[in-house]
Amino acid sequence: MRRDVFQAIADPNRRAILALLAQQRLTLNGVAENFRISRPAVSRHIKILKECGLVVVIPQGRERYVEARFDKLGEVADWIEQYRQLWEGRFGRLDDVLEKMKKEK
Amino acid sequence: MPSKNKVTVTAEPGKQEIFITREFDAPRELVFKAHIDPKLYVQWLGPHGYEMILETFEPVSGGKYRYVHKDKEGNEYGFHGTFHAMSLDSMIQTFEFEGYPGHVSLDCMMLEELPDNRTRATIHSVFQSVADRDGIIESGMERGVSEGYERLDDILVVMK
Repeated sequence: MRRDVFQAIADPNRRAILALLAQQRLTLNGVAENFRISRPAVSRHIKILKECGLVVVIPQGRERYVEARFDKLGEVADWIEQYRQLWEGRFGRLDDVLEKMKKEK
Repeated sequence: MPSKNKVTVTAEPGKQEIFITREFDAPRELVFKAHIDPKLYVQWLGPHGYEMILETFEPVSGGKYRYVHKDKEGNEYGFHGTFHAMSLDSMIQTFEFEGYPGHVSLDCMMLEELPDNRTRATIHSVFQSVADRDGIIESGMERGVSEGYERLDDILVVMK
């Protein structure tokens, strides 16, 4: 079966899992709590992400933590990230403009 | 200081569209006004370190726009298009980067009212092809690349 980055991010649940893990590493249960899909379904998605090299599962004590590995996202992440950065900068400046407008009101 | 309101970009592989969403701690009327008042628009649209020249700006149905981002070396990057609709509910316009002529996207922006005087903006950009979508990002990168990389470093640190 095809296992690459594009396949990994083709699924909206897997993208959501990656977005969640971008903020912090979580246990398997911690990831599952954030989704309405079943725990086995979350586990399957994490397994695919793991096979694609986008996450690693690290045992720690009795828990197993899932951590994102964004360097593996390679070119896909690069161009989306750059596009996101462009809007991040632009909307950050819009925030400043809106703050000024609120004060002038 | 980075805002707690994060930009979300959704670009599925093999599709010719992009969704961008972002929330603002300001009422919808103000977010809209910042898009149609030229004095406000120039303050935030252009990337950091570039001069923003708003040459033509007619934010009404059937109006047109053209703006130029000029860097310190004097290089100019022009963008133009036409406004199809400009109302509180939806802002619809075409967008063309003059460095990548003939490749036009259709940008629809929706502003939703949220509780506590907040607003969610969603931009849906549709390109003529998947290659166009991916190409505009590469060719249009100079608009945001300098500040982008500075911040990318911060983000990578957080991700580690």
